Amino acid sequence: MREIQSSQITKAVAELCQCANYELPEDVVEALRRSREAATSQVARTILDQLLENARLARDERIPYCQDTGLAVVFVELGQDVHLVGGDIYAAIDAGVRQGYEEGYLRPSVLADPLDRATNTGDNTPAIVHLRMVRGDEIKLHLAAKGGGSENMSALWMLTPTDGAEGIVAAIVERIQEAGGKPCPPLILGVAIGGNFEKAALLAKEALLRPLGQPNDERQLAELEQRIIEAVNATGVGPMGLGGGETALAVHLLSHPCHLASLPVALNVQCHAARHQSVTI
Amino acid sequence: MSSEARQIKLPLTADVIAQLRAGDSVRLSGAIYTARDAAHQRLVSALEAGQQLPIDLDGSVIYYCGPTPAPPERVIGAAGPTTSSRMDTFAPRLYAAGVQATIGKGQRALQVRRACRKHGCLYLIATGGAGALLSRFIMHAKVVGYVDLGPEAIRKLTVAEFPVLVGYDAHGGSIFPGDEDLD
Repeated sequence: MREIQSSQITKAVAELCQCANYELPEDVVEALRRSREAATSQVARTILDQLLENARLARDERIPYCQDTGLAVVFVELGQDVHLVGGDIYAAIDAGVRQGYEEGYLRPSVLADPLDRATNTGDNTPAIVHLRMVRGDEIKLHLAAKGGGSENMSALWMLTPTDGAEGIVAAIVERIQEAGGKPCPPLILGVAIGGNFEKAALLAKEALLRPLGQPNDERQLAELEQRIIEAVNATGVGPMGLGGGETALAVHLLSHPCHLASLPVALNVQCHAARHQSVTI
Repeated sequence: MSSEARQIKLPLTADVIAQLRAGDSVRLSGAIYTARDAAHQRLVSALEAGQQLPIDLDGSVIYYCGPTPAPPERVIGAAGPTTSSRMDTFAPRLYAAGVQATIGKGQRALQVRRACRKHGCLYLIATGGAGALLSRFIMHAKVVGYVDLGPEAIRKLTVAEFPVLVGYDAHGGSIFPGDEDLD
């Protein structure tokens, strides 16, 4: 049994919030660079150049990459041999978000009452926390500062099992076409197949945490990822919806067993501002 | 942006608006107002009720933006556009009330393109997610309305050579591939 103070979690979360918002991960920057090299239209090149310049400015001058500094989504892998002292884990995470957003001049974007615009909580709390018990005596924290514009274009379908891979690709392509420039392409698509209604949605978000472009370990799933990205990039939506073949930077798929009557499919849409950071305590 | 961007001093004139075509690259200099979801709801309610507005809409440019807080040494934080389509139900009413251009990102409902043609107005596009970059073209910022809305309050921004593309022009044209001609 290892003791971890809740204040260590608070401190780590505060740092993750700021780091995520100022420093676009190198794998995302690299994917944007590759997109820029491949882009054929002038408007696509101009936009991708702006995004690369934006990433540089954000990092060098500590201006948030995007004004939507996101809802703080925290995936916690809690080692079962950890004894957490000094307060509850949810409060510790919220305290970290509060500190990170306030001290980092990040935008508070959370309404206490979804139907009342005047109820901004002022400190971007509460975070959305997904807690999972794992072996070991460490705590691993993954933070995603998830913007609203791309989240709004996400979708969940309860397909008919016999729709198969074809049905999955068709649903995703239709959604991305419909979304156009709204979710800020080039995109990263988190896709989950199987599980049930809520499991699929969660896995689709979790899929976004994988290092960019690293294919699924299972060959069949990696092939489906490839099929989806090719179909999405053939839509012609392009950067900001202004045309081109650079609609998605990556597709990350996760699969889970499911009921024989169901084929849940979830799509979590991530904009190019894929602000993820992790730390192990 | 490309070097052939057209420099425009605000306010926009009817002549300039008529000359612009969807896809044109433009640099704006002058005053614009930020307003997004909640501010739109209030502006339109006030218009319907015949109440006074916190800003003069006549000849104005509305930027769909909720910036991050300004650190002490800066004018503003990150300040890129939000998704325009959420303001689609309000936009035609505001164009009719004198707004000359809106700035945002992404495709919009057909009614917005129709309103641009009907009233001789523009929908302009700024690069979504380029919040750090776009903040560099903002010289001054001040909250001028609905302060209780926090990041959603109306701010008056003074911009210099702020880069945008013409999304919808005043003739029914659209920058977005696949958009059909207006009837």
